[in-house]
Amino acid sequence: MTSTKKDPVIVVLQLTGGNDYFNTVIPYNEPLYYDNRPAVQYRQEDIIKVDDQLGFMPAMGPIKNLYDQGKVAVLHGIGYADSPRSHFRSMDIWHTCEPDKVGTEGWAGRLARELDPNKENVLSAINFGHGLPRALVVPGVPVAAIADLETYGVLTGISDDQQRMKALDLFARMYSPAVGSGMVTDYLRSTGMEAMTGADIVKVAPEMYSSSVEYPNSPIAAHLKDIAQVYLADLGTRIFYTQHGSFDTHAGEAGAHPTLWKDVSEGISAFFEDLHAHGTGENVIMYLFTEFGRRVHDNGSGTDHGAAGAAFAIGDAVKGGMYGQYPSAKAEDLEQGDLVPNYDFRGGYTTIIEDWFGLDAKPIVNGSFEKHSFL
Amino acid sequence: MANKEKLAQMAHLMRRAGFGASREELEERVAKGYEATVEELVNLPAKRPEDKAGPFAMVTRYHPSTLLPGGVPTLGQASWMYSMVNTDRPLEEKMALFWHHVFATGNSKVDNCDQLLEQLDMFRQYGLGNYRDMLVQLSKNPAMIFWLDNNENHRDAVNENWGRELLELFSMGVSNYTEVDVREASRAFTGWTITPKIPRLPYGRFPWRFEYKEEDHDEGEKTFLGYTGNFNGEDIIDIVVKEPATARFICRHLYNFFVADEVQVPAWTIEPARDEEALDMMMTAFEESGYEMTAVLSAMFNSDFFKNARFAKIKSPAEVVASTLRLSGSWDLPKPGIRDIGLQPGYMGQSILDPPSVEGWYTGREWINSGSLLARINFVADHVADTSLPGVQSIISDMKAAGVSSPEQLLEASLEHMGYLEVSDETRQQLLDHAKNGGDMDWGNEDDAGARVGEMLALVGATTEYQFG
Repeated sequence: MTSTKKDPVIVVLQLTGGNDYFNTVIPYNEPLYYDNRPAVQYRQEDIIKVDDQLGFMPAMGPIKNLYDQGKVAVLHGIGYADSPRSHFRSMDIWHTCEPDKVGTEGWAGRLARELDPNKENVLSAINFGHGLPRALVVPGVPVAAIADLETYGVLTGISDDQQRMKALDLFARMYSPAVGSGMVTDYLRSTGMEAMTGADIVKVAPEMYSSSVEYPNSPIAAHLKDIAQVYLADLGTRIFYTQHGSFDTHAGEAGAHPTLWKDVSEGISAFFEDLHAHGTGENVIMYLFTEFGRRVHDNGSGTDHGAAGAAFAIGDAVKGGMYGQYPSAKAEDLEQGDLVPNYDFRGGYTTIIEDWFGLDAKPIVNGSFEKHSFL
Repeated sequence: MANKEKLAQMAHLMRRAGFGASREELEERVAKGYEATVEELVNLPAKRPEDKAGPFAMVTRYHPSTLLPGGVPTLGQASWMYSMVNTDRPLEEKMALFWHHVFATGNSKVDNCDQLLEQLDMFRQYGLGNYRDMLVQLSKNPAMIFWLDNNENHRDAVNENWGRELLELFSMGVSNYTEVDVREASRAFTGWTITPKIPRLPYGRFPWRFEYKEEDHDEGEKTFLGYTGNFNGEDIIDIVVKEPATARFICRHLYNFFVADEVQVPAWTIEPARDEEALDMMMTAFEESGYEMTAVLSAMFNSDFFKNARFAKIKSPAEVVASTLRLSGSWDLPKPGIRDIGLQPGYMGQSILDPPSVEGWYTGREWINSGSLLARINFVADHVADTSLPGVQSIISDMKAAGVSSPEQLLEASLEHMGYLEVSDETRQQLLDHAKNGGDMDWGNEDDAGARVGEMLALVGATTEYQFG
């Protein structure tokens, strides 16, 4: 890597609730697809064909455009053995890389620690949304959580500027380090200072930002626009994290699933368009994952929790294409009615950590896993 | 004891045994006395038929979808938060939260919020009763049975999930039993199931009901913790409650929840308790009473170690939200936007009715990260600085009536109204310096004076000290 090259950046987009893989990247020539989906199938003529076997569901047009430019990698059959089919536990496994025990440290938090070991930047990693997903939680690693960039900060309810400045000044004094205040109070103080410093730095982002790109009106587009603003402000953030959902389509999937993917696809498309319009974005990849795929056979109105899913890597640096094998949908190959994962999710992270960030993935994902060559 | 000290002590009790109290309520309770208040909190009269549903009835009247089969998770959370704010049986509600921490059951899997609200009602009904009865109820609770797969625990195919957690997380704690004990306990609970769930679609979710299926129960002999017999589930519970490890485990949970932050539960087998003497005293009360929660709670609340533990805990998100809404009086009645009050604890890291796992939440400093800290501070500030809210208005008029005039008095009164908060000398000086910028209070200009009070309350709420409760 030459010194003029920009530091690599990742945007993780979590599709919360369990996206229906079988209905997202569809084996459209496979009769089993139509047999298993009497209630929630996309019609063959509406599916956006990618090759002679697979197609994207109809709302993924903008992602297909990026795919055609060679910027989208699809990682098939991703997951892990013995899916618990519980949202929380599955998400936890994806977050902590610990399928066999309860882990406490998140992979993205560990990555943040490697990227900024001396905690030089309180904005090295940012979650856009309320609270922190466990993927970003590692004790001692500062991670900002921004629900809304416009209103992010300490005591934002104080509308008078001068009054707020004085309040922030007081806050800074109350939270500055002090000797002998006790371990928990020390921790509160440093956390408060990190939060305030981060908020103070990040507020330049919306001030500096202007764009000709119109984002669609959806929560995920709003988060991606916030991410674009912070990225374009060049604040040194390496890990952006956000989520969209709920993909938990037990019922009414025919209505909900296309809307979810329309919002995601259009949001992603606007995001990259925005970056390109500013003459940048080549150092950004986006990674989409979900905690599990869904049951092969529908339940009459939606689909229940399943196992194998798909992950997507998107960006200028991504070597587009299909990676891995689509799991067999034949009845005898299913486990509890689900597609069986054939690619370990930690392999996806390993590829990113090693081939994008140039770091050793083993201590971050707890082991060695097969990579795909999408970077 | 000076009156102010009594008020401060009462504020401490009401924070722990409930979700805080207004100045007015504190004064009424001080007039009754501390021990009388403990007695009133702990020994509740039976519910009258008309208040059986409590504040929940009000929520369901305005939001009937709370009662839809399956419920609506966000409204389920809101209805509980509404109850925490408006309950007139604060310890009952606080104990429901306690048991929710210990017997953590989550909608992420149950996916049937009605059943969780039913479990919550069971916690209200039995939470202050006998611990053995509680465990029996818990074993029959449909949400718990589904959560820990006891409906998959069959005579010919034992599922150990419930049996294991009963011992590990709900009674004795890890390392006090063997894998064989887990197996045997699980066998004893075979046949304890729920009536088959009607397929959700196309009719939606249906309530579950406990069912004992004799034909699916393993009638064989079992050896559990050294006892041998043809045990059924209740026999296992009878053995478990008498184990000293159980008294220690439950009392340590109570101490961590009500008195002071302990190390996290997984470290309990390694680290000694924060106060072994206190724990001994609680265990004695628990065991001597035959595992009555009222006995151990009374002993605890009346003890010196409890009284001396002011601000020795980081408030949980549920406590932050409920106490703030109670103080500001903004949710005396259901109104549009009620979903938000149920979501707020989640923004601070505690999604109520949806704990991260059966192990519940990590507590104490684990509640704090930069996102959750900002969420806490801003939530409190946005409420206590809102002078249109009735609770804030009553604080303002109280200060006016008390003749609060100097910056010192403004700060002192604000600390008192925020729960007799104790702050460090530095914090006090910094808050005072800030208050002095505004000079003396000018009550002639009511709006400005009110706004100053609101601002000072918000700044007190933004201190590190206020994160403790």
